[in-house]
Amino acid sequence: MTDISLDTLASPAARPRRDIGLKRRYAAERRFRLYGVLAIAVGLAFLAVMLTTIVSKGYTAFWQTTVTLAVHFDEKIIDPENKRATDPNVLITANYPKLAEAALIEKLGIDPSDRATVRKLKGFLSDGSRVQLRAIVAADPSVIGTTRNVDILAAANLDSAYKGQIDLNVPESRRKVSDQQVEWMNKLKAEGVMAEHFNTGLFSYGASSRPETSGVGVALIGSFYMMVIVLLLALPIGVAASIYLEEFAKKSRFTDLIEVNINNLAAVPSIVFGLLGLAVFINFLGLPRSASFVGGLVLTLMTLPTIIIATRAALAAVPPSIRSAALGLGASKMQMVFQHILPLAAPGILTGTIIGLARALGETAPLLLIGMVAFVADYPKTPFDPATALPVQIYMWANEAERAFVERMSGAIIILLIFLMAMNIVAIVLRRRFERRW
Amino acid sequence: MNIMTEKSLEDAVNAEMNRPNEPIKMRGDQVTVHYGDKQALFGVNLDVRQNQVTALIGPSGCGKSTFLRCLNRMNDTIDSARVGGKITLDSEDIYDPKIDVVELRARVGMVFQKPNPFPKSIYENVAYGPRIHGLAKNKAELDEIVEKSLQKAALWNEAKDRLNEPGTGLSGGQQQRLCIARAIAVAPEVILMDEPCSALDPIATAKVEELIDELRENYTIVIVTHSMQQAARVSQRTAMFHLGYLVEEGPTDKMFTNPDDKRTQDYITGRFG
Repeated sequence: MTDISLDTLASPAARPRRDIGLKRRYAAERRFRLYGVLAIAVGLAFLAVMLTTIVSKGYTAFWQTTVTLAVHFDEKIIDPENKRATDPNVLITANYPKLAEAALIEKLGIDPSDRATVRKLKGFLSDGSRVQLRAIVAADPSVIGTTRNVDILAAANLDSAYKGQIDLNVPESRRKVSDQQVEWMNKLKAEGVMAEHFNTGLFSYGASSRPETSGVGVALIGSFYMMVIVLLLALPIGVAASIYLEEFAKKSRFTDLIEVNINNLAAVPSIVFGLLGLAVFINFLGLPRSASFVGGLVLTLMTLPTIIIATRAALAAVPPSIRSAALGLGASKMQMVFQHILPLAAPGILTGTIIGLARALGETAPLLLIGMVAFVADYPKTPFDPATALPVQIYMWANEAERAFVERMSGAIIILLIFLMAMNIVAIVLRRRFERRW
Repeated sequence: MNIMTEKSLEDAVNAEMNRPNEPIKMRGDQVTVHYGDKQALFGVNLDVRQNQVTALIGPSGCGKSTFLRCLNRMNDTIDSARVGGKITLDSEDIYDPKIDVVELRARVGMVFQKPNPFPKSIYENVAYGPRIHGLAKNKAELDEIVEKSLQKAALWNEAKDRLNEPGTGLSGGQQQRLCIARAIAVAPEVILMDEPCSALDPIATAKVEELIDELRENYTIVIVTHSMQQAARVSQRTAMFHLGYLVEEGPTDKMFTNPDDKRTQDYITGRFG
């Protein structure tokens, strides 16, 4: 008897601890955390590689080499027959590159009659000098006969060479710039005549076959038009649809069907929307091809489901107590929605809209189908004029072979990414600023 | 004998205090409520008398809140809810298609379980109702309504210097009094309160109860409560619900001292619920 009682009364410390698998549980947790850290590290590494590649390839696009030359606006070259008073075409068709070449010949001290040397100058200056000098003359015809310092764009190959992107150890016959040109380049550089400037042309020029005179100007305007159209159409339609579905429509099988289909629409590949736009807006309604208006309509269709889903989520997140409070005071349903629910849901709606817009800004595939992948050199004056869009411009430059176009493509990607980041930051700031907790 | 007379005297005093002869303000006649296929209320007959506090008690899920929400048609906001029977306000059927629900809710105000001020300033919270119903002709009148409502809700002294601060920044008890002020501002005839003190601490609860007692002078009040003491303290009549049925109804004193139904007795003494 005593033995038994002694056993049962053994002190608690002596009782063997149960194995409840603590070690195993902690090990599992540590393993899981490690997987998480690894996953994030891999993601960050890919992001870093992508960004460094783009930035390292693209940052040079924001600089452009120019040669400052004292250009003599020689009347004999511009208007040899002195007909400019009667024929306005004379000033437009004049051989302006000849003026730039003459100025360069003089600068380098080459004998103009030395044809062989002069021929080597070909491809030193950009043919864009035609547009550049023509603009000066058009602005002020009295400049003819005088001399003026002009920053003439260097040709793309010289620009690349200047930026050190052309390997000079390769035999002369296999590279795009000759030894003579490199020598001249170094001479002009030493004199401070040839220099790099911030490339404003990248933002202002339209499409061009010469890299140094091509830019995203037209694409920026096209993208801007489209964003405005998407905002003006998708936001009101999307918000109105969401309010009706969320607050007014009686739940039924039909509304369930609509809801499922809206969610499905958000997952439809964008190229399908492009085909739809081609069939409906261009072929059936006869709207113009390549126009940013049509692009805006297609992107609106694409953005609508995103905005509707975000808006409905924002509306549903407003606590029911606010609804009861408003209704209990005798507010009508409409007053409840517009005076209480909508203001409280606005930050969420705005965030969703901005994210939808950012997605639309980066969308390429549907625009290809409605003909926005076009060579457009002139600014579109209205949304019905042909235009391109930023991502489409990137796509077009990616198809070019020249080194200088690749550089511009990377530059355009940087511009697009900056826009997208700015939009997302605005969305985050809005959300932080107006987020409410109940 | 002595005891008997004392008792009858007390009854008479009570009867006078409880004023059972007050006119009937609202009447529920065979009220039934279905949520989808589930029936929540079974033929409830209940009178709400003017200038009295009627307490609805009963275990959770017994249908007392459902009945309360029928009185200003808040159940209309639930798609699946169907209300049967007849409810009258001053002998008018409130479910009559001719009755506008917005007007009804202006006459029958409601205070909810959880304080739910709008995330706007204290002033805007109180001014919202009068504004949508056009009760004030100008800013001065509106200011007056806001001040009077806050005074009636015993919040004026605490809030008068911070009318432009958000109502959500007040303490829980103050928020609930703000909600009462907001309901009063519309000048309703009946105020429905759905467990108005369940989210408040005892001190705030005491204040709100005191307020309810004062409000009785000008309004008819129906209050749902889980606290037996609260029902005993603030109400003149009590109705006991159980499983969707009205078990019994009568003067509060009688309900708490000598109920007719055994279920009422069990519930009040804490044997179930």
